[in-house]
Amino acid sequence: MSKAAWSKIGLTILGWLIGAMFFYPIFYMAITAFKTEKGAYSPDIFFIPTLESFGEVFSRSDYFLFVRNSILISFGSTILCFILAIPSAYRMAFYPTQKSQSTMLWMLSTKMMPAVGVLIPIYIIWQWLHLLDTVTGLIIIYTLMNLPIAVWMSYTYFSEVPKGILEAGRIDGATATQELWHLLRPMTMPGLSSTALLLIILAWNEAFWSINLSSAKAAPLTVFIASYSSPEGLFWAKLSAASLLAVAPIMVMGWLTQKQLVRGLTFGAVK
Amino acid sequence: MSVKSPPAALTEESSAPIQKIDPAEKWRRLLMWPSVVPLLLWMIVPLAFTIYFSFIRYNLLNPAVSGFAWFQNYQFLVGDASFWPAILNTLLFIGAVLIITVVVGVLLAVLYDQDFFGKNVAMLLVIAPFFVMPTVSALIWKNMIMHPVYGSIALFLQNLGIAPVDWFADFPLVSVIIIVSWEWIPFSFLILVTALKSLDQEQKEAAAIDGAGPFTQFRYIVLPHLEKAIGVVVMIEMIFLLSIFAEIYTTTGGGPGNATTTLAYLVYALGLQQFDAGIASAGGILAIVLANIVSIFLVRMLAKNLSQAK
Repeated sequence: MSKAAWSKIGLTILGWLIGAMFFYPIFYMAITAFKTEKGAYSPDIFFIPTLESFGEVFSRSDYFLFVRNSILISFGSTILCFILAIPSAYRMAFYPTQKSQSTMLWMLSTKMMPAVGVLIPIYIIWQWLHLLDTVTGLIIIYTLMNLPIAVWMSYTYFSEVPKGILEAGRIDGATATQELWHLLRPMTMPGLSSTALLLIILAWNEAFWSINLSSAKAAPLTVFIASYSSPEGLFWAKLSAASLLAVAPIMVMGWLTQKQLVRGLTFGAVK
Repeated sequence: MSVKSPPAALTEESSAPIQKIDPAEKWRRLLMWPSVVPLLLWMIVPLAFTIYFSFIRYNLLNPAVSGFAWFQNYQFLVGDASFWPAILNTLLFIGAVLIITVVVGVLLAVLYDQDFFGKNVAMLLVIAPFFVMPTVSALIWKNMIMHPVYGSIALFLQNLGIAPVDWFADFPLVSVIIIVSWEWIPFSFLILVTALKSLDQEQKEAAAIDGAGPFTQFRYIVLPHLEKAIGVVVMIEMIFLLSIFAEIYTTTGGGPGNATTTLAYLVYALGLQQFDAGIASAGGILAIVLANIVSIFLVRMLAKNLSQAK
């Protein structure tokens, strides 16, 4: 075989080996979820799978409350983000002024406030407003956290729309609302929906605010999993089952949206 | 390549003489409000309160404690037995995670920039950890991978005849660094591999024809090309790492002693465990100052990017 073919085989082995190493903890978690608690402590890969642990996780009276909270918080904040972001993105993309660029930079710079810097005041303000341990309280935080990303991403997708199309629409007498719905929506839908996925992932996995601002009523899955940090007895299989359920749907979303992830998280600095 | 930056019209209006203001323009200005007003509040209100709280005596449980404290909170904070260890831990932690994620990220980006069988699937495996919620990563690593008896690492070392390590007892900060690096390598990798795609292949081929080996190519073509992307990774990670909390909260609780207490954890412990909002706010201010130093550079770079793209 030629040298090129050998090096391709070598690269294939190396690339897959490294991939396997990175994925190993997730793989281990996934198979342990299907073991019994006793069997979980042996490293066997071959075993009779059981759904016992999932049953135990589901039977916790509050499990579905955590799931409900996670869904409400991540979807709620994402929808709210778009409602607030789209008008501004539309304005800056199609009717830019001198101030548009600095406004955008200012918005992105609000992302650079470290959460820990404002933890104490937010905790106290949330206490005053009775927002502690409420779904609304977390939705507000996550919306503010993700809003700059939503504006930035919507703006870049709107900017990609050829100007001529909107002008043609306007000549045909389309109103601004019709323009948005009939022209912009179909053209920017793929971009905006992957942005939505990104925002859902970020909100779903956020653990600083959820741990500090929620306890029993509004706690999402991040907090539920954290409750396994003080375990009693055998708990690997239950931890794995609960973790797998919390992680799997989001990981699929993440894989689908990996390209937009770079755009969204670096604010376009890396292309 | 796919990011289309701001439209060409971005500054056109400023150069054109203003003749009359379009009546619709008045309404369009309102479109900015839904995003500007909440973000303005988000930026100003908590910051103002943090500054205010950091200068008053404020205990969440004891309303009798009150009054202006001048710089006492800052003095108490700096005098706290965990303060200097927390600063040191924060620097060690951020420094180590940055070095690990950037070095490994660059190497992986170069590897996955090559073509091989099933490359795209193997890449999905590498980026997967980024989508695992922090509490899950921390607990799976602590209990199932790094457990001194049953953990995968212990079993692996035993097979090699090496005595297993009690990670969280003997090397607590290292353990947290390992977990957080595992979560953030995919981030730097994904950004660097994207940046590498825009490298001109002809440049590399030309260098190869001129007799440049793979290392020379890496040093003089690949690395300079990645410089900007590495800068972005470093700055964004620094801002996120400054607030890393869940991984420490679920594994070590800042201990043993204060071995894994970082600035973020110290603020949490002072404010929400000891209920001293005043001192904790002083710690918060410190974190904000640190982050601002970093973000000045980041914003400057983004600004350059926005105007270059014109």
